[in-house]
Amino acid sequence: MNNFEQYRRRFLGGALATAGAAVMPGLVLVEVAHSRAPDEPVSSKNRWGLLIDTTKCATGCNECVTACSKENGWTQKEVYSPQDPQWIRKVELTHNSTGAKHSLPVMCQHCEEPPCVDVCPTGASFKRDDGIVLVDRHICIGCRYCMMACPYKARSLVHEDLNDTQLARMPRGKGCVESCTLCMHKIDAGDNTTACAEACPEHAILFGDLNDAGSEIAQRLAGHASREIRADLGLNTGVRYTGI
Amino acid sequence: MHIINREIEGKSAGYWALLCGLGILVLIGLYAAYNMEHHGHVITGMNNQIVWGLPHVFAVFLVVAASGALNVASVAGVFGKKAYKPLAPLSALLAIALLAGGLAVLMLDLGRADRAIITAWEVNPTSVFSWNVVLYSGFFGFTAAYLWTMLDKTAKPLYLFAGYGAFIWRLILTTGTGLIFGFLVARQAYGTALLAPKFIVFSLLYGTAIYVLVLMAAYGWGQRALGDEVLRRLKNMLQIFIAASFYMTFVYHLTNLYFAKEWDFERFILADGGLYTTLFWVGQVVLGYVVPFILMAAPATRSNRAVIAVSAILIILGALAQMYVTIIGGQAFPLELFPGFSESSSFFDGEIHAYTPSHWEWMLGIGGVGIALALVVFAVKVLRILPESLADEVADPHVKK
Repeated sequence: MNNFEQYRRRFLGGALATAGAAVMPGLVLVEVAHSRAPDEPVSSKNRWGLLIDTTKCATGCNECVTACSKENGWTQKEVYSPQDPQWIRKVELTHNSTGAKHSLPVMCQHCEEPPCVDVCPTGASFKRDDGIVLVDRHICIGCRYCMMACPYKARSLVHEDLNDTQLARMPRGKGCVESCTLCMHKIDAGDNTTACAEACPEHAILFGDLNDAGSEIAQRLAGHASREIRADLGLNTGVRYTGI
Repeated sequence: MHIINREIEGKSAGYWALLCGLGILVLIGLYAAYNMEHHGHVITGMNNQIVWGLPHVFAVFLVVAASGALNVASVAGVFGKKAYKPLAPLSALLAIALLAGGLAVLMLDLGRADRAIITAWEVNPTSVFSWNVVLYSGFFGFTAAYLWTMLDKTAKPLYLFAGYGAFIWRLILTTGTGLIFGFLVARQAYGTALLAPKFIVFSLLYGTAIYVLVLMAAYGWGQRALGDEVLRRLKNMLQIFIAASFYMTFVYHLTNLYFAKEWDFERFILADGGLYTTLFWVGQVVLGYVVPFILMAAPATRSNRAVIAVSAILIILGALAQMYVTIIGGQAFPLELFPGFSESSSFFDGEIHAYTPSHWEWMLGIGGVGIALALVVFAVKVLRILPESLADEVADPHVKK
């Protein structure tokens, strides 16, 4: 190989590398922005979450709770017993000194560092690659350690037989712990929303992919102040709140 | 004089009545567990706010007392105090039995008790519960080995190894029990590593108190001689452990008040928490610490055997009160989701959570006590656990002969 040939090869190699470096970020961006298709496996490309605008959330409105109950087959009641499971509840807040009032839904916050997963002795509490925190009903032994560890009181034990309330898409079980699944069956079907977000008449609940810089949720989080409940614990929750 | 350990005869009507009585307690516990499994936890007073209830009060008490019951054996085997050597086999036996009783309650309370075995292969290295599966098994292993080296002369070469192993393991075990709560950062009552040493100190008190009662019962009912010297030493131990427990309780509350600034929670436990405040002051502090300490220290009463027995009973009642306040009081106080706000919801946010244990929970807890004591009563008949005599001239190495 003569000198010219060597120079030509180096030049072409360099040009290709430069072109590649220029195109790659675009390819990566396309990859990140890609929302998951139903037949695609769950991966950490996505991190699903909710952004709740408390300024739109009205006291007395329970549409999100009703929708969650219908979607997942747990029983909504006018007055609950302390043993009844509640996957989502409306919490009314009054500021101790100013008297300012807020109303907002609280459910599993789908932490990046979930204390329930840390303490679970069998690994029944687990986090999917896309950030959804779940309970594997096949290996949950009902020890309730996760309920002791959860800072959000998001989990419930099923205290009695579930004779007629179960749905095929959301199997539940007496003696096992359960909580919000972020409507994973809807996400897995490619719906890209949750029952609570769909049902909110004020569109106060926004569902989306926190990893997708182009998504509405990521842009709203980037542009507005938001907070996590018990941010002091450093759990990096997937559910965020604005307006409080 | 040489000390000879001998099985108790165990042929009297009294022995069989005792064993049957304890057997009935075990059956009562199993019946409760069957019903809780069949109907679900709906028949208990536990709920989605008070998720651990009376069974856990009994279970944690028994598990903590188990490690403390080994104390007498450790004083003999690890610290080489001759006077405690004849007392050591019962100490190791009681440790195994109490742990078995406590674990039985813990396992039978599970929402899916039928799946408890899953913990053996689905291990989560970050879970303190998973650590405890290893710690409990290890404690059984070391303590059983220690007992074997005490009872079988051919195993003598392993005596020190097993003794030290069991001693170190019991410290790790109770650290693990304390940290079940201590690493729950979200709750105001817990979230402090102080709970680990606190539980170790409590274990010494509770385990020794149970030991004293079992020893007195065994020698009283078995009509064997039990000298004053043995009881005097155990009584002194109890006094030291009461003082240490009081100190740990004081430092824990001081930490919450001064360092963690959990003022609302402390006000709840110490001042206006109703049952929990009463159980803390009257149960844990006055009946569990102050009264037995004074009884065992006052010149008029300190050498009276009945007073030592009553003191041990008071310590145990105080221990159950302490566990109730720690476990249930800690959950009754609501989680604070939004500091600075008053909270309310259909899920009882912001409220003091109510809890009334059902009879099933009492039955399960008492069943665990039955398992522990039945094991002891059975084992002293089939193993050479108890010295034939613990009279002063036999058991006291300093007695003038």
